[in-house]
Amino acid sequence: MAETAVRADEGREAGGFAFEERPRLLEGLRAYGLIMAMWVRSTMAYRASFVMTALGDFAVTAFDFVTILLMFTHVDALGGYTLPEIALLYGLSATAFGLCDLLLGSMDRVGRRVRDGTLDTLLVRPVPVLAQVAADRFALRRAGRITQGLLVLGYALITLDIAWSPLKVLMLPVMVVSGAAIFGSVFVAGAAFQFVAQDASEVQNSFTYGGTTLLQYPPTVFAKDLVRGVTFVVPLAFVSWLPALYVLDREYPVDLPQWVAFLPPAVAAGCWVLAGLAWRAGLRAYRSTGS
Amino acid sequence: MRLYAVVAAGGFRRYATYRTATAAGVFTNTVFGFIVAYTYIALWDERPQLGGYDTAQALTYVWLGQALLMACAMMGGGFEDELAERIRTGDIAVDLYRPADLQLWWLAADLGRAAFHLLGRGVAPMFLGALAFDLALPGSLWTWPAFLVSVFLGLVVSFAVRFLVALSAFWLLDAAGAMRIASLAGLFFSGMLLPLNLFPGLLGEVARALPWSSLLQVPADVFLGRHTGWGLVEAYAFQGGWAVVLLLAGRLLQTAATRRVVVQGG
Repeated sequence: MAETAVRADEGREAGGFAFEERPRLLEGLRAYGLIMAMWVRSTMAYRASFVMTALGDFAVTAFDFVTILLMFTHVDALGGYTLPEIALLYGLSATAFGLCDLLLGSMDRVGRRVRDGTLDTLLVRPVPVLAQVAADRFALRRAGRITQGLLVLGYALITLDIAWSPLKVLMLPVMVVSGAAIFGSVFVAGAAFQFVAQDASEVQNSFTYGGTTLLQYPPTVFAKDLVRGVTFVVPLAFVSWLPALYVLDREYPVDLPQWVAFLPPAVAAGCWVLAGLAWRAGLRAYRSTGS
Repeated sequence: MRLYAVVAAGGFRRYATYRTATAAGVFTNTVFGFIVAYTYIALWDERPQLGGYDTAQALTYVWLGQALLMACAMMGGGFEDELAERIRTGDIAVDLYRPADLQLWWLAADLGRAAFHLLGRGVAPMFLGALAFDLALPGSLWTWPAFLVSVFLGLVVSFAVRFLVALSAFWLLDAAGAMRIASLAGLFFSGMLLPLNLFPGLLGEVARALPWSSLLQVPADVFLGRHTGWGLVEAYAFQGGWAVVLLLAGRLLQTAATRRVVVQGG
């Protein structure tokens, strides 16, 4: 049953590539919107619980910054960076990740759906599977994370003494959007990986939650190999580090040239192509549990 | 007693089934261990002997945190989601009919779970951490059993807190919000984010006096040899005291809650 559904799905994608792609994307976005709205309505049934969990999401990320504040009660600089500078790195990474987590945060449930066989239900619906999976259990409470990231970002922008240029100003929103896209590609690639390793969603967490924690501290704190890893292997450094260092007029880690600061949109696009390919390969490899 | 041993063994086996998930978890704990370890190195580079720890001790603290995170359920996760769900759906009525004590049943199951996570997700990250960094491992052989006793007491405290939170579902129906807040408190006040002896002034004093410090701060200090002799007895008394108080509170709440149960037919 699911087998045929997958084949049919593939046929559509491969066959009418040029004609089908745009309507299919729109169709996917429309489906995403509808499923999202449904989950928002259902969450609002327990309003008190929603408020508490939203505050919880706000607080859990706020604690990350509180930790940094507590560290700064003992020191004036960490890895050569002052508190407002770290706040900028933190705010950018937290906002980009928060945005991505709001939109795609439920993708780590793919493994569970593969295990219990409920993925089959999604395959037979005439809607792109990726849109259904991405909107699955859409949690509006995650907006709490974005709020927190933006607050810290605001604090950083007020306290920092930056020689602003139009380019630097433009870089901020571009950074947040392409940063969210880079994180998003990791979510999608991670979900694709779960078709193979069904209950390994935690591996994904190391790159997403771990990645955002890493980016909240300056690159000088970490070993060079780790910095190389998040630049060239999983290009998380393009989310905030590399563009933010340009804004801060800071030296670049591991001898990178300064123009890498302008690469995030290109890196994000490249990541999405790779993640999309991984997703298709994963979906193709899917075998239903049959239950 | 035999019944609860079987329940605990069941709890252990249940989590032991998920081998891929355990491997993935070890990977995650190790990645986070590395990230936090580097931030601590940067911090202790600026201020050696911060909080009375040298760099090796601070790094040991990081890896102990990763090793105990799942066992002590500092961020929640464990039996409480299931118990709260059973209360919400009404399945709890069946549990109350069973010839077993509700609190002891879940304590046994949770200790089984914790034992698995200690072995499955505790030992490997700690080992990898010790390979990559210079850790302050105990000099005395006696420190290891002393540490394990402290971990056990921490597990009981952790259970007792989460049991109380799960029972709130009797009144709230959906306990997700309460559990979320409890897991935040656990994360922050256990010392998982930063050792509690780095918390300034009154905040530090309050944090160290709260039950959550039993989950990581106290066992870590036992491991690092900061509690010996009478100090060790005091540390145990602190953890044990909280365990008894919280278990008794859970018992009272359980009695009050079971009076509220209205079994709906159908």
